[in-house]
Amino acid sequence: MVSLIAKSALDGLVPLTEGNVTLTDWDPGTVTSLSPMRGQEAKVEAALRSAGLGWPGPNATVASGDRAILRTGVGQAFLIGSLPLRLEGLAAMTDQTDGWAALELDGPGATDVLARLVAVDLRMAAFAPGQVLRTGLTHMMSILWRTGPATFRILVFRSMAQTAVHEIHVAMKSVAARAGH
Amino acid sequence: MRVEGRGLLDRRRTVGFRFDGREYVGFEGDTLASALLAEGVRVMARSFKYHRPRGPLTAGHEEPSALVTVGQGEAQVPNVRATVQEIHATLDARSQNRWPSVRFDLMAVNDLLSPFFSAGFYYKTFMWPRRFWEGLYEPAIRRAAGLGALSGRHNADHYEKAFAYCDVLVIGAGPAGLMAALTAARAGADVILADEDMMPGGRLLAEVEEVAGMPGHLWAGETVAALRAMPNVRVMTRTTVTGAYDHGTYGALERVALHLPDPPAELPRECFWRIVAKAAVMATGAHERLIAFPSNDRPGIMQAGALRAYLNRWGVVPGRSVALFGNNDGIHRTARDLVAAGIAVVAVVDSRPGAPASPDYEVIAGGTVTRTEGRLGLRSLTVATPSGERRIEADVLGVSGGWNPALHLACHMNGRPDWREDIAAFVPRPGMVPGLFAAGAANGTFSTAGSLADGARAAGEALALAGLRSAKPEIPKAEDGGYSVAPLWEVRGRGRAWLDLSNDVTTKDVRLAAQENYRSVEHMKRYTTQGMAPDQGKTSNVAALAILADATGRTIPETGTTTFRPPYAPVSIAAMGAGAQGKGFLPQRFTTSHKAAVERGAPMIEAGMWYRASYFPRPGERTWRESCDREVRAVRTRVGVADVSTLGKIDIQGADAPRFLDFVYTNTFSTLPVGRVRYGVMLREDGMVLDDGTSARLGETHYVMSTTTAAAALVMRHLEFVKQAHCPHWDVHLISVTESWAQFAVAGPLSRNLLNSMLASPVDDAALPYMGVAEVTLMGVRARLFRISFSGELGFEVAVPSRFGEALWRDLVARAEALGGGAYGMEALNVLRIEKGFITHAEIHGRVTADDAGLGGMMSRKKDFIGRGAAQREALVSPDREQLVGLRPVQPGRDLTAGGHLFEKGAQPVRENDQGYVTSVCHSPTLGSSLGLGFLRRGRARKGEIVRFVDHLRHADFLVEVTDPVFFDPEGGRARG
Repeated sequence: MVSLIAKSALDGLVPLTEGNVTLTDWDPGTVTSLSPMRGQEAKVEAALRSAGLGWPGPNATVASGDRAILRTGVGQAFLIGSLPLRLEGLAAMTDQTDGWAALELDGPGATDVLARLVAVDLRMAAFAPGQVLRTGLTHMMSILWRTGPATFRILVFRSMAQTAVHEIHVAMKSVAARAGH
Repeated sequence: MRVEGRGLLDRRRTVGFRFDGREYVGFEGDTLASALLAEGVRVMARSFKYHRPRGPLTAGHEEPSALVTVGQGEAQVPNVRATVQEIHATLDARSQNRWPSVRFDLMAVNDLLSPFFSAGFYYKTFMWPRRFWEGLYEPAIRRAAGLGALSGRHNADHYEKAFAYCDVLVIGAGPAGLMAALTAARAGADVILADEDMMPGGRLLAEVEEVAGMPGHLWAGETVAALRAMPNVRVMTRTTVTGAYDHGTYGALERVALHLPDPPAELPRECFWRIVAKAAVMATGAHERLIAFPSNDRPGIMQAGALRAYLNRWGVVPGRSVALFGNNDGIHRTARDLVAAGIAVVAVVDSRPGAPASPDYEVIAGGTVTRTEGRLGLRSLTVATPSGERRIEADVLGVSGGWNPALHLACHMNGRPDWREDIAAFVPRPGMVPGLFAAGAANGTFSTAGSLADGARAAGEALALAGLRSAKPEIPKAEDGGYSVAPLWEVRGRGRAWLDLSNDVTTKDVRLAAQENYRSVEHMKRYTTQGMAPDQGKTSNVAALAILADATGRTIPETGTTTFRPPYAPVSIAAMGAGAQGKGFLPQRFTTSHKAAVERGAPMIEAGMWYRASYFPRPGERTWRESCDREVRAVRTRVGVADVSTLGKIDIQGADAPRFLDFVYTNTFSTLPVGRVRYGVMLREDGMVLDDGTSARLGETHYVMSTTTAAAALVMRHLEFVKQAHCPHWDVHLISVTESWAQFAVAGPLSRNLLNSMLASPVDDAALPYMGVAEVTLMGVRARLFRISFSGELGFEVAVPSRFGEALWRDLVARAEALGGGAYGMEALNVLRIEKGFITHAEIHGRVTADDAGLGGMMSRKKDFIGRGAAQREALVSPDREQLVGLRPVQPGRDLTAGGHLFEKGAQPVRENDQGYVTSVCHSPTLGSSLGLGFLRRGRARKGEIVRFVDHLRHADFLVEVTDPVFFDPEGGRARG
């Protein structure tokens, strides 16, 4: 029996609401990095397909229900949620669940908030729901996943959770303050 | 004064504000300049060098003279253009560069001494004695000459940076810009229309003319409203595009809260935008230029076009009787507007002999203004006419020397503009900035009808580049007057004729530059400082180079322009660096034990971006040393716990993982048995040590590498580079797991007892030998247990998923305390490792080889590895190199300091005799002595020798004994258990 208390890096930091934008945490369940072994790419893809997913293209995701797979780099993707799959020997895997603080930014002003944090073209034509990017969020490396027209999931290093929430909150307040002026 | 029935302001909406401590009242929409001129205030500043009284020359952003300071205390902002700053109820502006007041300034004595202050005066006069320059001359000169000053205190005001993307960026919302935006928007492009003014319209707000059958300003208003209603258009007012950069990127400064009386603290004062556009239209308008005639800098002497703007937009005339002087039709337009408003126009001095006459005012054709009078503002002027000299009483003089297209942005990538003889001005050459299309006045098209058509044309080109097609735009009817100008740059006569009002540069200075052979326009600029003030010479550059052309006998195009660089308009550093205040410079990285450590009063030390506990004070301990000594003793005699999560952890998998590690480390990892850990050293390509650490083999094709805290990201980058560049076809998979695991060192003779109290299956030497790794279950959690030691004691590092980090830390510390030990911090960790001679980046600082650090034996001869070849270079294998040694003061009680240098016993402690240096020091409670690690020439062969230690900075000078770097337990029996 686990007798250590588990604690989120976002404990006490969220939720936050400013104007029409809310910052909350979201629970990805488990996060597993996948990197197909040399020559096993097709088998990995087939295994993922059998589970209703697939291997996503660059900056893309494949989602099915609560599970999703996010392309995070060259030959690398993050599986969100657990899969009853046996990929041992087919893909290098690491448990990334604890390495990231997972945030969700939601609301009509979410793109305005992000425009202050990431150098990313957030127009729907350039970054549509279902797309994912690895990009700098102010000075932090992040994974930015658009799940809706005004909904974004943001993964940042766990140790930087406090700074990330602070920076995002400053931008949220800044955008909210503009509403009246 | 205000003129009844003129201007666009709503006179029911009054706004109070302060200038130089006095209360004034203006109307909503007034700038500080328009409101003060309406109140009869004409002197707003003192000039840079001569402290001459100055008022506004312009009605816009190109203002060189009317610079004021806004705000108080740490929030004060100097050099704010009164012609840009909007008035509001809490505006508190002050004139600057004057003492005691702007109307009576004692420094105006400089004006009387002006014969001495010409260009180059300082360089020639204050040359010697040389050492006086920095200490005396320069500070004194800087105090006397200058504009506004910063407070010198930390300003906590909120500024912002932001990014925007569009298909077509339209810069400027005058007729050309509005037409371009409309054309692009109707074609379906994402459009950003940026305009620096509070109100879009550009010159349409300043002129009396019709567009599409309605007053121009109404057409502008309707067009902007139509644009705002389109979902693909974003109109950004108060936003100055400041620079054109690579790949369609533009910098822009938005004044967000500078015009608001009580903005909320969260609202940024300014926002610095980076706008990326597929194409852009430069509709930035034009700047009216002055003519250099003697004493042309008095308050009341203004651009003729600015007079129209003040009258037609703000309903203001800056005096009672107006004279005009110029070389083009613009002065007549101003005269007509003034006469229509009932203002006395006393004379229009037109330098063109064939100037058109008028029934409404007197025209002096072929005349020039040769001097002016009036101490705090213009009172009269002297005019040379074909029939002799005349003196004219006037308190306002509108001047127009023609117009210069505001083409600066087009030149930001070092392109040079073309000279157009017919308008006597430089115009942008197509393609100077890829994807930027000039339109309207910025393109040398000075009529409204022409600008509208040109805006539509430029939008069409921009759309084509953005991959869109435009329907043939309908161009509204508008004024299509010609522009006739006869070049006139200078009226020579007695007295100084100003070019650059902002930096007090006169025609005499430019001629002097030419005379002293600063004939290149770039040299002239630097010699005279023309164009180097906050306004960047917007109203003076072309005139100055025309004078230089004349002085050097060249044409204007031969003389050429200086280089226009970003930013086009002043940008606060606070906006460019927004967010980077205080702790905003870098993210803060916190370990899972952070809260618990802070609760125990542990001071934090920054390591990289991480915050790590220095030591854990206990009641009664008065100094950090007392705490540190106790923590060291606890590890040496009982058990200590330290958070080492900050060390980099890189997961390496794949069939080629073993040979990949062999390739990046100097020593061999393919032979490491599963379940074992090995210490390794990595070199850079140049053969110097990159990092050291351990790698554990978790499976046949699975390793986890541990790096130092400082080099974690560096090593990850290095490995990625090696993988991608040197062995792209190897089956190697790298990913950082630093953040995934909370890892704690548990060290000391009782460390195993402590861990066994928590482990599902206790470990002993057989189950987990020295340098072993095992997967274990600890308190029901899957964990990794490494038997490694950075303290020299029996030691472990236990790693659990980060979510359990805080709970495990608190538990480990409590158990350690029950065993007579406790938590230890970075200070104790450092002492423990120095006692054992373990190196950190204090030693492997970037110019140390493996052999220097005593690790030469780890350089495998059986395989290739990164840095191997370079490490064999002659100088890197020289026996004369400085080698790692231990150092210990001969006399007890002396404390070594890091950074001190080593000399032979009898040698003078001078650079030429330098033998080495000290990298790490500590007081060892275990050995009761100060200990040091350092590098000494041929050090390994000099053990037992006494050398001289000198720290020139901290004034220490004593003898030390050279020892082995391992001071404590050299056999290592304690760690092996």
